[in-house]
Amino acid sequence: MKSLEELNEIRTKTAEKLGIRMGKQVDIGKKNILICCGTGCTSSKSPKIIEEFNKQIKEKKLEDKVEVTKTGCFGLCARGPIVIVYPEETFYTHVKPEDVTEIMEQDIIGGNVVERLLVKEGETSDQIAHKLHELGFYKKQMRLALRNCGRINPENIDEYLAFDGYEALQKVLLEMTPEQVVETMLASGLRGRGGAGFPTGRKWDFARKVTADQKYVCCNADEGDPGAFMDRSVLEGDPHSVLEAMAIAGYAIGASQGYIYVRAEYPIAVERLKIAINQAREYGILGNNIFGTDFNFDIDLRLGAGAFVCGEETALMTSIEGKRGEPRTRPPFPAVKGLFGKPTILNNVETLANVPQIIINGAEWFKNIGTEKSSGTKVFALGGKIKNTGLVEVPMGTTLREIIYDIGGGIPNGKEFKAAQTGGPSGGCIPKEHLDTPIDYDSLMAIGSMMGSGGLIVMDEDNCMVDIAKFFLEFTQDESCGKCPPCRIGTKRMYQILERITEGKGKEGDIEELEKLAQNIKRSALCGLGQTAPNPVLSTLKYFRDEYEAHIKEKRCPAGACKGLTKYHINPDLCKGCGLCARNCPVGAITGEVKSPHTINTDKCVKCGLCMSKCPFKAIEKK
Amino acid sequence: MSEKGTGIAIDAAKLKEIEKIIEKHKNEGGALIPILHEAQDLLGYLPEEVQKMIAKGLNISLAEVYGVATFYSRFKLNPKGKYNIQVCLGTACYVKGSDKVLAKIEETLGIKTGETTPDGKFSIESARCVGACGLAPVMVVNEEVYGKVTPDMVKDILSKYE
Ligand SMILES: Cc1cc2nc3c(=O)[nH]c(=O)nc-3n(C[C@H](O)[C@H](O)[C@H](O)COP(=O)(O)O)c2cc1C
Ligand code: FES
Repeated sequence: MKSLEELNEIRTKTAEKLGIRMGKQVDIGKKNILICCGTGCTSSKSPKIIEEFNKQIKEKKLEDKVEVTKTGCFGLCARGPIVIVYPEETFYTHVKPEDVTEIMEQDIIGGNVVERLLVKEGETSDQIAHKLHELGFYKKQMRLALRNCGRINPENIDEYLAFDGYEALQKVLLEMTPEQVVETMLASGLRGRGGAGFPTGRKWDFARKVTADQKYVCCNADEGDPGAFMDRSVLEGDPHSVLEAMAIAGYAIGASQGYIYVRAEYPIAVERLKIAINQAREYGILGNNIFGTDFNFDIDLRLGAGAFVCGEETALMTSIEGKRGEPRTRPPFPAVKGLFGKPTILNNVETLANVPQIIINGAEWFKNIGTEKSSGTKVFALGGKIKNTGLVEVPMGTTLREIIYDIGGGIPNGKEFKAAQTGGPSGGCIPKEHLDTPIDYDSLMAIGSMMGSGGLIVMDEDNCMVDIAKFFLEFTQDESCGKCPPCRIGTKRMYQILERITEGKGKEGDIEELEKLAQNIKRSALCGLGQTAPNPVLSTLKYFRDEYEAHIKEKRCPAGACKGLTKYHINPDLCKGCGLCARNCPVGAITGEVKSPHTINTDKCVKCGLCMSKCPFKAIEKK
Repeated sequence: MSEKGTGIAIDAAKLKEIEKIIEKHKNEGGALIPILHEAQDLLGYLPEEVQKMIAKGLNISLAEVYGVATFYSRFKLNPKGKYNIQVCLGTACYVKGSDKVLAKIEETLGIKTGETTPDGKFSIESARCVGACGLAPVMVVNEEVYGKVTPDMVKDILSKYE
């Protein structure tokens, strides 16, 4: 338990130490090495790099000169593992444990940058970015929800405190009434980042006005959209910001208990949350009589167990209660009757991560960022066919083109952009002609997609849009909880039709059948899962109807992605008869004399594409 | 293997642990799922015997335990192979061809997703985003993550576990 004075002392002391990361104290001869330990970089062995640095620092007796800090995600996952050396802010990428000696000797001791590990932007090697803020990747970004990711050690509450941590909670408890907190949230225009975009202040206001002996604050950290990892990065990089926001929400609505429902598939996030909760309890920031007031609040974790539908609010609450995570009908809304039958608010991780900043800087400040109806920023997980896969945060109203080309670096391998998918299984595909749409909740809705939670998957000319629609329907029909027939049976029927089309067995009338089913499911499904499941099909039909027609009428997949519709063929003019394809074919479908053109037996061919990738003369074609 | 889980004998010490887990959570609201998680962490799966113990400990029906255990894909009723292979079929990995990696693994091991090789060595699962989308396509063998995997690399990766 720490008093306010003690907390302030920790803040000042730690801030002094961390000044080195803020470009202050350049000349005191100390260095701070920051290493990303988010899931991406951890997968490519960043903990080993930390170990190696610490070992060498010890051997060289540099403990008072150099400090190694593990941090959350810097966002540029494509180039991980990432190491930054302060105070110079030198940005090293693709670092391997074997590179540590060179960084130690040349940079840390010698004072010379290891050029080999810097980012080369563009095609020429003279466009080298030395420092983090020189990278094109960061130039158009604005990091609010991710402000501490890559800046602090998420396992050390003191570092969070040093960057204004828990000051918002302090302000709320000591200077504001619950009504004022809700008013601030309303005025800020913050909308839910979990997908639906519901105004956060309104949700809190409902719950505040209900009287009950117990209320709950829940955090949705289930992040079900496959291929999205915004919430994970916040939890891994800045867990305290979520705890702080939950306590603020608790004060605003009159709740004393919070639950974070987090995916069991996120072991690092779970671990860091546990550490953060324990540290906050130790400091008396969670528990009874917080900051000497009569406000009590505590938080517990509940692990999800791999059911997408549990991201839906009522299903999530049923799951916390220990049951099959099936959604309930609304009303009653959770703000009236939620978890264990008590008034409950549920907010997404990223929504919450914005809250402390809004309290500190004021509603007006937040309202001025972004667009009129969507204030603030949005984090996107950029993935798929894009150079800089990773995490980006931009003000609302940024165009897709800016995200994909200026920040994302464009499409690799000289391929052509085809579509971007947002909103995951509930969203849609955005084609080239809408690249210049400023992104916010309403504009994405208007073009038949949705903001969703922030997954942004880029597709190129090799991706078949019918196949992508099928991919999402496979997902939703598999994840349907089975409670309501439109979703359970309807999505399955849609999937079967798509399967048929991609196998070359599509029939006249299939498209109309898909559209009819889609409309019916949207209208009659019980929860958001079913109501939005047809969206990927509807949006691809809207923009890529010709691809569906080619599959059905011409039995042809224009992208060459659907196995059932592609045939491999050897061009006899290009084939030199080297035999490499025949040797690699797993099923022995290729035959031919040495030095004369080979042929593929299409009955035997399993269309694995291995021959095509092996042929040195590009003689194998896909049709 | 029966649908409800195998009847392989579990050693007494582990059963004691399970008792302790049940005791620890028993009086919490929504205790069942945390108990299932911890039991599975301990045993690798949820045998019928253990489901029965949990039902008894929480004073609920076995049907309820089974109903919850089968609702959530993370809970397994059958043991996995010594090396459990997960291939990510999240969107980022899928658009980069992870389905082809999965097909190659199935072909190489001669089993389908969700199955275990007869010698108990390998099992295959598909995953929905393991969070390393920057490295797509991704496969994971036990805890080891492999990024930017192509079908060509499958043989080499698997041979490390022979
Ligand atoms: C099928 C389905 C899945 C959902 N998955 C998530 C999720 O993974 N994370 C999330 O924050 N919200 C998810 N939502 C939205 C939640 O129901 C809810 O609107 C949100 O968590 C509220 O928080 P917010 O207002 O801060 O966005 C999902 C909704 C549906 C219908
Ligand atoms: S989609 Fe495969 S790791 Fe995220």
